[in-house]
Amino acid sequence: MTNLMSRLNGSDTQSQMTRRGFLVSMTATGVAFGFPQASSAAINPEVPDGTPITPNGQAFEPSMWYWIDADGRVNVNIIRAEMGQHVGTAIARILADELEVAWENVHITHVDTDEKWGLMVTGGSWSIWQSWPVYRKAGAAGRTALIDAAATKWGVDASDLTARDGRVTDGTQSISYGDLVAGGIDRSFTEDELAALPLKPHADLRLVGQDVHPLDLDTKTTGQAIYGLDAKVDGMVYGVPMLPPTRYGSKVNSVDDSAAQGIKGYLETVVLDDPSGTVPGWVVVLGETLYAARSASNEISVDWTAGETANVSEADIQARSRALIQGESGSILHTEQPETSGVFDAATTVMEAEYTTQSVLHFQLEPVNATVFQNADGIWETHSGNQWQSLILPTLATALEVPADKIVMRSYMLGGGFGRRLNGDYIVPAALASKAVSKPVKLVFSREEDTLFDSIRSPSVQKLRMAFDDAQAVTGMEHHASAGWPTQVMAPGFMPKGVNGEPYDPFAIDGADHWYTVGAHRVRAISNDLANQTFRPGWLRSVGPGWTNFAVESFMDEAAHNVGADPLQFRLDHLKAEGINAGSAPNAVGGASRQAAVLKRVAEMSGYGKIDLPEGTAMGLATTFGQSRSMPTWTAAVVQLAVDSETGEVDVQKMWLAFDCGTVVDPDGARAQCEGAALWGLSMALYEGTMIENGNVVDLNLGAYTPLRLGDVPEMEIEFIDSSEVPVGLGEPGTTVIAPAIGNAIYNATGGRVRHLPITGDDVLSALKS
Amino acid sequence: MIEFELNGQKVSVDADPNTPLLWAIRDEIGLTGTKFGCGIGACGACTVHIDGTAQRSCITYLSDVAGLQVTTIEGLDEKGAHPVQEAWRNLRVPQCGYCQSGQIMQAASLLKDTPSPSDDDIDAVMSGNLCRCMTYTRIRQAVRDAATAMKGSAND
Repeated sequence: MTNLMSRLNGSDTQSQMTRRGFLVSMTATGVAFGFPQASSAAINPEVPDGTPITPNGQAFEPSMWYWIDADGRVNVNIIRAEMGQHVGTAIARILADELEVAWENVHITHVDTDEKWGLMVTGGSWSIWQSWPVYRKAGAAGRTALIDAAATKWGVDASDLTARDGRVTDGTQSISYGDLVAGGIDRSFTEDELAALPLKPHADLRLVGQDVHPLDLDTKTTGQAIYGLDAKVDGMVYGVPMLPPTRYGSKVNSVDDSAAQGIKGYLETVVLDDPSGTVPGWVVVLGETLYAARSASNEISVDWTAGETANVSEADIQARSRALIQGESGSILHTEQPETSGVFDAATTVMEAEYTTQSVLHFQLEPVNATVFQNADGIWETHSGNQWQSLILPTLATALEVPADKIVMRSYMLGGGFGRRLNGDYIVPAALASKAVSKPVKLVFSREEDTLFDSIRSPSVQKLRMAFDDAQAVTGMEHHASAGWPTQVMAPGFMPKGVNGEPYDPFAIDGADHWYTVGAHRVRAISNDLANQTFRPGWLRSVGPGWTNFAVESFMDEAAHNVGADPLQFRLDHLKAEGINAGSAPNAVGGASRQAAVLKRVAEMSGYGKIDLPEGTAMGLATTFGQSRSMPTWTAAVVQLAVDSETGEVDVQKMWLAFDCGTVVDPDGARAQCEGAALWGLSMALYEGTMIENGNVVDLNLGAYTPLRLGDVPEMEIEFIDSSEVPVGLGEPGTTVIAPAIGNAIYNATGGRVRHLPITGDDVLSALKS
Repeated sequence: MIEFELNGQKVSVDADPNTPLLWAIRDEIGLTGTKFGCGIGACGACTVHIDGTAQRSCITYLSDVAGLQVTTIEGLDEKGAHPVQEAWRNLRVPQCGYCQSGQIMQAASLLKDTPSPSDDDIDAVMSGNLCRCMTYTRIRQAVRDAATAMKGSAND
């Protein structure tokens, strides 16, 4: 892996977080957030008004990640966005476990965007994996400092003392952390000391792996949790956007608001001037109330000259992908043997198939919105939910033409993230409108506007090939994948290079570089330029692994049937854990053998291949490694479904999933993430999917766009393999296995092979005919 | 000026009578627990009770509730301890939480009208409420648990 990937994927982030965290030595009387309105720049999700707790008296701050006050209360600073993962609770417990404090004394603060926090991103299923080593060390540092303080106080050797539940004891006397802090502690750690800090053995972990009630949960049952849409600022006016006919390149010729002049509360209409190029051709209508702004926008006509993509359709984009796959361009990923032409030339038989997936919407339930203003200190404040503050801050700086340190983002609870809010483009028009009218502006998108402006999951085309020798053994495999590339468009610096020196978007190809040993293995990632020009491709829950694994795991099934093998055994035979698939420490210990283990486990759970089912009913299986080789979450699923032979409609009856995510930090949260991810997989396989027409997606709201509803939710059984390995992510992996398992089950039920997502009844019927 | 009862208090709102009730509650009155999702009554995030029945406030005009009783998530139980809310917390239903005010209001209305709902009843009624985090399995079970709890307290 390149340095760029490690920057994005964690290892450098971890050391960066550690260095930043500990080189600050301080005994603070209160906590400076580096921002003039500290109380309003950070959020505590435990309480209705979101106000973070403040220390009682002198606080001890062993690192910037937390403080302990004279009452023994611990406040843990969280740089991740809360969007349903209960991420603060999970991270705080990692720290509290090492620190040895009782959970009831632990609180969290979702911090502002001060530069000291480093890279702020919540995505990729990385939060726990990246935080684990940093917050453990932070906790251990505090525990060590407190034990040392007690040892000094009592004149004894620190090695004779133990800490537990916020107290240090020598066996006869004990003292609370609060009392030690009140007595004054000033202790910092050099990098060498940090490296040498003793971490607790896995067996002694007391909060990790145990049941803990999430700190953000209760306010979400009373209407008191605060989302971006709930932001309130004195003197704010409301804005609604008017979107140009194309994502890029449209120009406003004229605006006629004469019909809106009589609307009570209508203020004005602003044509945005955007130096950042994020929202070209945008118009914002302002009103004293949202209703006034909305009513006015209905009466205002804007004349645009549309950009070049005004006539682009989904079919055009897919045709472009096919043409690109025919050619030679793209990036070749690192595999054991990327050169395949020899084995394909020598093959006895070659199997080939094309898989396609349609555009998918985020449809996070809270439409994007942002409130922006310049405060009395001249600082621009943005109030919204966001997943990648570090990405949008420089763009906001360009848009507002101010240095980035003149902007601070308050990160609210997210009414769904799923990757939509990794791209903070929706904050830009609010900022520009506020600058234009010198007032706080709360910009609220309608659902339809949110959809039109969505960073959709790009449609994709993939061609897979497999070579067999005369003994029907696999000798080589090729995977060519073309789609829009979110990382190329929004964060090109994060793209690693393939073996041919060409950069690639890992989020549009991860998954294709699987852990099966298949001999020569060529993985080619291709950026679809027409897609990138027509819409802004998004990171959407799992991103590429949501389509690459549909192809890989459908194709593995096809290959098994092609050689007359059992699909389960065929997979196990190729999960050999050899060469680069043997795995490596710390993140992929065991390699493909752990993928084989979850696959066997899910087969046992479901009775795959051992249970007689009625005609038209069958099970299908699939296995993946979650998001990426650099952080494999070993995942396997079996889906049981029935196919209506008249309509082709699919009724999913039950889903079994097995995961090996290393150490499970938050058991109930882990299960919740996997439940949601698996149902996302089901929803994208059977219920979702839209199309580009005339440069925009066609399904703008519910009714036309139909995510899974409660009545269609099947029974689910989920298991986690016991492990003390490094904890890896769970937000997305469950998504990746369901579509291929469904496709494989449909084949087992009917003999028809579907190679397109979403799968419709008509697709199944036509697969049966062919 | 439109007058109605909100969470047991008389309120009067000076806004365009065609303002959606949702925005009147959120922006004019300032109670933000009721959420905006789709604006066409199809996601259920904006569900409130009007004279005791679950309704979609995004497609209800302010003028429609003149003289009526409106209850939002903030007024469902003054301590936030309605059996549905308790069940939601016990099972840890919410993930992002954005839809859950609406889910809870819908479930409370369902159990008021149908104290012993069948699984089909739950599926039919709760399918009108979208949860994008897909917490559906827990919603289904929490409605069952709340029904049991409410029957228990009714028998006391």
